[in-house]
Amino acid sequence: MTTPIGRFRFMDAQLVNLDGFAVEDPSLGLIAFDAPEDPKPSLVLDRDNRVIEMDSRRSEDFDVLDEFIARHGLDLDVATEAMELDDVAFARMAVDPAVPRAEIVRLGAGMTPAKLARCLSLLRPVELGLAMTKMRARRTPSNQAHVTNRSDDPLLLAADAATAAAFGFREVETTVPVLGDAPSNAVAVSIGAAVGSPGVLVQCSVEEAIELEMGMRGLVSYAETVSIYGTEQVFIDGDDTPWSKAFLTSAYASRGVKMRVTSGGGSEALMGAAERRSMFYLEARCVALARALGSQGVQNGGIDSAAVAGSVPGGVRSLMAENVMVMVRNLEACTGNDALMSESHVRRTSRTLPILLAGSDYVCSGFGSIQRYDNMFGPSQWNSEDVDDFLVMQRDWGVDGGLRTAAEPRVAELRTRAVDAVRAVYRHLGLGDFTDTWAAQAVDAAGSKDVPAADLMTPLVASRIIRETAVTMLDVVAALYETGFEDEAGRILAMLKARVAGDYLQTAAIFDEDMRILSLVTDPNDYAGPGTGYVPTSARQSEIDTIRQQRSLEDLRAEQAGYRSDDLTVEDVSGTQAAGNDPRDVVIGVSPAVGREIWRTLSGLSVVDALRELLAGLEEEGCVGRVIRVNDTIDLGMIGLTAARLAGSGIGIGLQGKGTALIHRRDLPPLANLELYSVAPSVDARAYRQLGINAGRHAKGATPEPARNAYSDEAIEARYHTKVVALVGIERACSEPGALPQQLAVQR
Amino acid sequence: MSPSTLGASGRDPAEITVEAVRDGTVDIADLRIHPDQLVHQAEVAEAHENPQLGANFRRAAELASLPDEQVLALYDALRPYRSTADELRAHADSLSETGAVLNAALFREAAEVYARRGLLRR
Repeated sequence: MTTPIGRFRFMDAQLVNLDGFAVEDPSLGLIAFDAPEDPKPSLVLDRDNRVIEMDSRRSEDFDVLDEFIARHGLDLDVATEAMELDDVAFARMAVDPAVPRAEIVRLGAGMTPAKLARCLSLLRPVELGLAMTKMRARRTPSNQAHVTNRSDDPLLLAADAATAAAFGFREVETTVPVLGDAPSNAVAVSIGAAVGSPGVLVQCSVEEAIELEMGMRGLVSYAETVSIYGTEQVFIDGDDTPWSKAFLTSAYASRGVKMRVTSGGGSEALMGAAERRSMFYLEARCVALARALGSQGVQNGGIDSAAVAGSVPGGVRSLMAENVMVMVRNLEACTGNDALMSESHVRRTSRTLPILLAGSDYVCSGFGSIQRYDNMFGPSQWNSEDVDDFLVMQRDWGVDGGLRTAAEPRVAELRTRAVDAVRAVYRHLGLGDFTDTWAAQAVDAAGSKDVPAADLMTPLVASRIIRETAVTMLDVVAALYETGFEDEAGRILAMLKARVAGDYLQTAAIFDEDMRILSLVTDPNDYAGPGTGYVPTSARQSEIDTIRQQRSLEDLRAEQAGYRSDDLTVEDVSGTQAAGNDPRDVVIGVSPAVGREIWRTLSGLSVVDALRELLAGLEEEGCVGRVIRVNDTIDLGMIGLTAARLAGSGIGIGLQGKGTALIHRRDLPPLANLELYSVAPSVDARAYRQLGINAGRHAKGATPEPARNAYSDEAIEARYHTKVVALVGIERACSEPGALPQQLAVQR
Repeated sequence: MSPSTLGASGRDPAEITVEAVRDGTVDIADLRIHPDQLVHQAEVAEAHENPQLGANFRRAAELASLPDEQVLALYDALRPYRSTADELRAHADSLSETGAVLNAALFREAAEVYARRGLLRR
């Protein structure tokens, strides 16, 4: 083995090379689209309008998926028309804004899995985006969060659920590392979510029957982890059949509980039973089945197997195409971006961005709103460390990804209230007691590692009592009310009452903060090209635009004023200075705002200290420095040249308030200079001292070694350019054409 | 959509206040959806180009009045290798008797397909 050359050692060490990449291999199902053995689309009906062949398979050979789809999933009245339609023609219709969504939905209903897979595999990435914008069910995009932790700590769950609601998530999904903790988790997250906002849907992902039971007792308000798979083998291994899933789907609806199914390309390959089919074809079977079952929606886009899809060519495109397929089948799309599919920040952004831009019913089917280590589903594509990134991406593109900025004092207040509410309810219902230390740690915690006081037995005991004494959500409502949490009691009761009307069972339903339902029925997507479709309200646009990190000119002015100093004053108010005669005389020219509105350079050094260093450097070389403020220009070259022309030595230093500095000589053109310190944020006290020394040496006719500009690989412009714009604006306002220079005194 | 909707117990949700809950006069059954409301939701789904969602709500309407334990038991009976064909047909018959004809059809269909695909209890 020879060691690779340095360039490749360096490349090998990059994060993306921690990811696994597979050679395409249809025999293992490791192929995104169009496996050689994907069936040719077909649909043959007998005289009684019964399906006798679908996708090249005769009905006597149908597996359970074929059978259920053929019996329940297809609109046979439109099937002939839809199956005869040219693949490209349908693909074009799907992206053409002039063809209404309803027409695509009508035709899609008559297409077999193989047919729809072929049509949608033709869409290029940008076309998928267009199709998503047009085809998603709900007009208003939204997002879903995971809220879990390693210790099933009810206080932390509640605080984190309230936080997720504050950041705008309209669905919160929890799960358990310890199955027995499920009821406690469901209660704690529901309380926390209710503290954060009215109308947040809550689910607790566990085994199908247990999850249904919790739904029946009102402990959760939706269900999602109803898994389906694209081959019979894997489906049955999942301990269900399409008939049991159809029944389960109806069971949820019978209790007024919203549900969606979960699938995702790559899951069959992961379980070694992909039957040599492509991921996209198998997912097409899942999506057709989801529609046949009567599920209102699908969570897909790889989910737990996203990294499998991501390992093959075109795999990331297939994940998005899966989501679009759900939309074409007229179902709610919860569009993956869930399990982390890459170690690389570049790659995970690349995977999510097209969906964020296009807009989806839920951009993420599980944004890890908590720490990666606390995510009991495994780390998400997006985690708590990424919340600000996500908010900034929304703002960059002006799109609605469902999140909003939350102010720190507000979140602190909500977390405290969530913790207090859970403590009160658990005490009131006899479920458990929590110490003050535990509560304080949970409020402050960034994750469960910050809550060493948490007791692991508490959620287990609470869950046992909830089960044994048949505690329902009504008991929780009563306890909240009794203990002074009337708003939260009302909010949870409102979620229970929503079951009676059942309007949130309809496709893609969420509640807004006023408990209005937004769904395919009440908020249908009406995109028909530019100028149509979803536009954020001005209030919502303002939430998207107004991130907490943004600063205005006034903020900057106030910040600068905070550094005002009496050590820099105007000495000569006459404004008339004659050029010096002393050959040791070096003049330092400062920009118009220095000593008025600008007091601190971008490196964090005060302007006065920068001047002290320059003067000391000159002194070291036996020169005498004078400081003047140049009032008629903000151009650093002109400031330096003006200073040089006033100096007995003919050498001047120019210093802008933001910290940029240069050495000038009176016979040079304005834009020339002897030395330039251009990267203001990295010019520190030592550098100003050196600049003073070098200016002194120039004054004495020597040729000093120029200082090397400090090097940085930071995004220096990203960090400082907004400040530079503001500082330059302030300088410009202080500058007046024709104004004469003034001499300044620096208190040493 | 339908402003005055009564729960399965016949109680008006407007009466269900936090005070009533505190006083213990509200049962979780008062917050169950009424079968008629599920039929209404089926009609809405059908009007929005999703007859399968409509069919689901119609099956749900039949299940709405069954006790939780029975629903859970029926779900389990449909899972792979849990039931013989006769057991599935027996469930179908008893469902039919209570008027749950759509669910009965689902069970009969399962009995037929499970036999062909080897998913019955052995």
